[in-house]
Amino acid sequence: MSVLEISGLHAEVAGTEILRGVDLRLESGEVHAVMGPNGAGKSTLSAVIMGRPGYTVTAGSVTLDGTDILSLSTWERAAAGVHLIMQYPTEVPGVSLVDALSEALQHRGRDTSGLFDLMKAEADRIGFEHRFLDRPLNVDFSGGEKKRNETLQLAVLRPRFAILDELDSGLDIDALRDCSRRVEELSNDADNPLGVLAITHYSRLLNELHPDHIHILVKGQIVTSGGAELAGVIERDGYAAFTGDVEEVVEEPAPSSLDDLFKM
Amino acid sequence: MHALADLVLPTADAEIWRYSRIADLDITAFEIQPGSCEVTGDESFITLDAEADETIATPDVFAEYNAGHQRTVDIAVPANTAVPEPIVIEHRAESGSAVFPRTVIRLGAHASCTVIERFRSADDAASLVVPVLAVDAGPGSSVTYLAVNDLNESSWQIGHQLIAAGRDSSVRLSTITLGGHYTRVRTEATSKETGSEIEQVALYFAGGDQMHDFRVIQNHVAEHTSSDLLFKGAVQDRARSVYTGMIAIEEAAKGTSANQTNRNLTLSEGAWAESVPNLDIRNNDVRCSHASTVGPIDEEHRYYLESRGVPPEVAERLVVLGFFDEVLNRLPDGDIVDEVRERVARKLSIGVAS
Repeated sequence: MSVLEISGLHAEVAGTEILRGVDLRLESGEVHAVMGPNGAGKSTLSAVIMGRPGYTVTAGSVTLDGTDILSLSTWERAAAGVHLIMQYPTEVPGVSLVDALSEALQHRGRDTSGLFDLMKAEADRIGFEHRFLDRPLNVDFSGGEKKRNETLQLAVLRPRFAILDELDSGLDIDALRDCSRRVEELSNDADNPLGVLAITHYSRLLNELHPDHIHILVKGQIVTSGGAELAGVIERDGYAAFTGDVEEVVEEPAPSSLDDLFKM
Repeated sequence: MHALADLVLPTADAEIWRYSRIADLDITAFEIQPGSCEVTGDESFITLDAEADETIATPDVFAEYNAGHQRTVDIAVPANTAVPEPIVIEHRAESGSAVFPRTVIRLGAHASCTVIERFRSADDAASLVVPVLAVDAGPGSSVTYLAVNDLNESSWQIGHQLIAAGRDSSVRLSTITLGGHYTRVRTEATSKETGSEIEQVALYFAGGDQMHDFRVIQNHVAEHTSSDLLFKGAVQDRARSVYTGMIAIEEAAKGTSANQTNRNLTLSEGAWAESVPNLDIRNNDVRCSHASTVGPIDEEHRYYLESRGVPPEVAERLVVLGFFDEVLNRLPDGDIVDEVRERVARKLSIGVAS
């Protein structure tokens, strides 16, 4: 069993503090959801865990089975077993999915024979067309195709933990169902159960992906944690009940990329 | 007549030589030689050491010297004839030599052929290669030409390409430039008659102290002609590159479509690329577009790949090869694609202190 532990995590972007002491503990096979309103720091949390350039950790730690991953570079964090499904997966012209996965596996010291067959089998499970497998990554993909692509990568790479950054944005219900179902299967895998941290604004995702734990993130802090019932509270009352707990309103800073722009 | 010592070099004050290395060229270091080239292909279409064709234009002093010292490979394909196999011309420049190869391709009506021309050095010492390419594509003909520059990194190339596309003809020009200390190609592609199509693609990658320099005119003289240009380059270490392009549409050239795209990756802080696209349009009934970019690898591309567990130098290699993919996909010869991909990958000095 593996443990991903986030302790007292503070982080800033362009001098503005976004995360103000986040504590979370995930074990293999658990599904956690972090929910919160816009500007709560949800995307910052995923960016900081993965080491996206432009984010500075000012205090706290993130450990994977006791190893500090904040001191690792992004690719080393991924190779160590932390995978990010991006909210808006980047289009990478001229670089095919099969080439990217082949390199990613090789640098984990894993066998790449049979990779394409595995990709085809995984594609079939989530309704992803084979023609996308050797096409440039995400280029001209629809929202649903991008998220299926992300899910396929997760299933091929088989990390210990997956962070799903707004898996439910930009795709239709069929694609959301296909992707969620595969993530859930991976979390129930007998040999290597995936730990999941699903970051989301809407409770829609949680109808498909059934979390064991829900955490409410408001203004950079987790203000409430509980079971699946919390999703119902948010569905009914929105975030109003939780946002009063923290004094001032901190806006997210100016976006640094197109992804951030779309998020606003 | 035409001794190298008499050659009056142009200066970088002239716009067409701006940014170039012409001031650094020591012409006295070279000696005019006939040069050697090997030609493979169907001999019935090829004449070696053909007489110079005086009608071929000489836009500058280098082209004039080429006219005076040329060794011509003349490729003439009669009407309604398709040459099935590519004709391959291989040049090997000896150290200290100045050579003036000339390739003339003439296609009769509805003829077609593919010509691949490679420039290599015989050794590591400097040479000066001044090639001229002249293409005259007859009505309905189709010609594909690929030039590969593999000269060593101390050699100079100052080349000209003069293209005339006849009625409903199709001309595809491609260039791969990895070699040379200074490699320059000046191309004048003229859509001379109605319905002609000219496509130009180039891949160039300069490292160390190399410089690659392209000056291109897409010259539309006749109506309902089209041209499409895609030049993609990368520079690393202290290398430099220049692209200056001009879409020129004359008054008579109504219904013309012309595109010009030049994209450059700067892979090191000390590397420099210049991109200057121009338009000179004298008819309103045209569709023209131009795009030009110079910049480093997109951080988002790198981050995406790294977040999958791909190390930074591998991510960079994938992104650079991906950047060139668009050009590689449009090369005429499938075999060369793998070769070029591999050589670009090997040339990348990512992670190596420059």
